[in-house]
Amino acid sequence: MKRFALLLSVVVIMLGGCNAEKPKTKSVYMLLDTSGTYTKELDKAQKIINYLLATLNSGDSLAVARIDSGSFSEKDIVSKVTFDTRPSVVSDQKRVFKRSIDNFISSVKSSSYTDITGGVLQASEFLNETRADEKIILVFSDLKEDLVKGHVRDFSIPLVDIKVVALNVTKLRSDNVDPRHYLNRVAKWQERVNQGGGKWLVLNDLERLERLIAG
Amino acid sequence: MNTEMLLLWSDQLPVSLAVWLVLLVLAMYLGRSQAHLLIMSTSGAVRTLFRLAARSFNLLAMRLNSRNKEIILSHGRDAVEKKIEREFHRVNSLVKKDLSGYPAAQRKINDAIEKIEEDFSSSIEAPPLPPSWVEGVDTIAKTAKAADPTVTLILENINQSLTKAQKEALDEYRRSSQGRHEALKNMLPTWRNVSQQLSEINKNVDGIEGQAKVIDKHMQEYESIRNSEDTAVRKLLSSSVTQLFISGLVLIIAIMGGFINFQLIALPMSEMVGGTSQLGPMKTADVAALVIIMVEIAMGLFLMESLRITHLFPIISSMDDNMRKKMLIITLSILTILAGFEASLAYMRDLLALDREALTQSLAGSEIISAEFRWIPSVGQMVIGFILPFTLAFIAIPLESFIQSFRTVMGTAFCQLLQMIDVTFRMVGNIVQRCGHILIRVYDLIIFIPLEVENHLSGRKLKMDKIKIDKDAEVDQLPVLTEEKLS
Repeated sequence: MKRFALLLSVVVIMLGGCNAEKPKTKSVYMLLDTSGTYTKELDKAQKIINYLLATLNSGDSLAVARIDSGSFSEKDIVSKVTFDTRPSVVSDQKRVFKRSIDNFISSVKSSSYTDITGGVLQASEFLNETRADEKIILVFSDLKEDLVKGHVRDFSIPLVDIKVVALNVTKLRSDNVDPRHYLNRVAKWQERVNQGGGKWLVLNDLERLERLIAG
Repeated sequence: MNTEMLLLWSDQLPVSLAVWLVLLVLAMYLGRSQAHLLIMSTSGAVRTLFRLAARSFNLLAMRLNSRNKEIILSHGRDAVEKKIEREFHRVNSLVKKDLSGYPAAQRKINDAIEKIEEDFSSSIEAPPLPPSWVEGVDTIAKTAKAADPTVTLILENINQSLTKAQKEALDEYRRSSQGRHEALKNMLPTWRNVSQQLSEINKNVDGIEGQAKVIDKHMQEYESIRNSEDTAVRKLLSSSVTQLFISGLVLIIAIMGGFINFQLIALPMSEMVGGTSQLGPMKTADVAALVIIMVEIAMGLFLMESLRITHLFPIISSMDDNMRKKMLIITLSILTILAGFEASLAYMRDLLALDREALTQSLAGSEIISAEFRWIPSVGQMVIGFILPFTLAFIAIPLESFIQSFRTVMGTAFCQLLQMIDVTFRMVGNIVQRCGHILIRVYDLIIFIPLEVENHLSGRKLKMDKIKIDKDAEVDQLPVLTEEKLS
C-alpha cells in the first residue's frame, strides 16, 4: 500500500507541476460609440464581440454598453454575462449574448451626444464588482467627447488595475487637416486613464486584439 | 606594504629578492626535519581518513550486496517454486485426464487378450482320427479279389459308402478349417485394438516422462538457487534487468493510455464539478478525472490481487477463497460501473465538442455544416471510454514486475556505486600519500644548496674521522708491536 501511495503522490505532483499556473478570470466591458456616423463602424465591433465570445471561458465576464448622451447608466448596458462553470451552459449563454448584440446592432439609432467618461465610469464600476483578476475596458470610439450641457465629467475616473483599450480610433476629417487634434485627443485620454490608476492602450489594428485578450 | 617588505634589504628588487630567497632557503633548511614530519603526518592522516571512509563504503557495499543477493535468490526461489508447482499441476491433470482411464484400458486389453486366446484355441487344428475299421476293410478288400460277384457288389457298395463318408469327412474338415480361419481373421481388429490401446498408454507415459524432465530441470535450477550459487544469482539478475526494461516499457504504454483516458473525461468532468474551481494549482475537474483514473487503477490492482495474478497486497492473497471471490465480484462490478461512467462521459465530451464547434462556426459567421457519419467518432469514443478502464486494470502486472525488478536492479547499481566510491577513496588516499612524498622531494630540491654543503661537510668530516680512526689504530698498534717485540 505504501508503494501505491507513493506512486499516486508522485503522479499527482507530476501532473500538478505540469499545470502549476492558476488560470486568471477576465472581465471585459466594451463601450460602443453610437454617436453620429460612427454607427457605421459597428459591424467591426460586432466581429470583436464575436471574437471575445469565442475566447472568453467559464468564470469570465463580458458586458457591452453603448455610449450615448448620458452613458453613466445601467440602461446603456446592451448585454452582460458572467459565464457559468459548466461548458454546456456557457455555450447557451454565448448564443443568447450574440443574439442580443445582433439585435442591438441591427436596430441601433445614433445618439446626439457622446458621453465617453460616463461610460468608462460605468464600466469601471461593473468590472470592480466582478472581482476578476484581469479587467479590461474596450472603447470602440473616435474618442471625441461631446457632452450635454450641464453634465460634469472633468474629474479623475477610478481605474485602478484596469486596462483601457481604445479600439478603432478613426481619424476624423478635422484630424487630417491638423493631426494634432487626433494626437491631443489620445494624449488627453491617456492622461486621464493614467491619473485614475489605469493602463492605457490604443489598438487601431484589430489583429492585435488577440494578443491582448489571450495574454 | 608588500613592496616595502620586498624592498626591505635593498632598493634594487633583484638584490632584495635574492636576500629573501637566501633567508627562505635558510629557514627551510633549518626547519627541514619538522617540515618533513608535518608533510608525512598530514598526508598519512589524510590517507588513513580516506582508507577508513573507503572501508566503510566497502562494508556497506558488502552488506547491500549480501542483502541484494538474498532478495534476488528469494524472488528466484519463489518463481521456480511456482514453476515446479505449475508443472506438478500439469502432471496431476495429465494423470487425472489420461491415466484415469488406465484401469478401463487394462480391462479392455485383458478382454481382448482373452478373446484372442479363445479365438486362438478355437482355431487349433484337430487332426481327423484314422478310422478304426480301416484294417477290416483292408482285409475284406484283399479277400474280395477271389470272391463271387455278390460279394464284389457288396464290396463296391461298401466302397461307395466309404467314398461318400470320406468325402463328407473331408467337407466337414474343410468347413471346420474355414471356421478356424474366420476365427483367426476375427482376431485381427482385436489385435489392432490392443496395439492402439498400448500405443495410447505409451504416449501418455511419454508425456509424463517429458514433464518429469522439465521438473528435473526446474529442480536443478531450484537447487542451484538454494545453494546460493553465483551463476544462479547472475542469471536471476540478468533476468531482473530484462524484466525492468520490459515492464518499464509496458508502464510507459499504460501511462499513455491513462493520458488518453484523462483527455477523454477531463472536459465533461467540468460539467459536473465546474470548470473554474481550483484545487491547489490544478483545476478541480482535472483532479476529479485523475481520481477516477486512479480509482480504476486501484480497482485493477485489487482485481489482479483477487485473481492471485499479482501479490502486491499480502492481506488479499491470504484471504480465504470465499472472501476473495466476493472481493473479485465487488472490484469487477466497480470497474464495470466506472467503465460505463467513462463511456457516458466520453459521449458527453463529444456532444460538448460538437456544441462548441457549432458555436464557433456561428460566431465566425460561417454556415454550420453537419458532418456525415459523425456518429462513428462518437461511438469510437464511447468504446474507448469503456475499454480503457479494463485495460488500465492490467497495469498491476507490469507494475508488480517493475517494482520487484527495480528494487533488485537499483540495489545492484547502488552496490556498484558504493564499490566505485570505495575504489576512488582508496586511490585518492594513495595519491595524497604519494603527493606527500613528492612534496618532500620538492622541499629538498628548494634547499638543495645547503643540503649539498651539509653532505659535503659531513662527507669530509666522515673522511677526517676515518683518517683519525685509522691513525688512532696505528698508534694503538705501535706499543703492542713493541711489547710483542720486547717479549
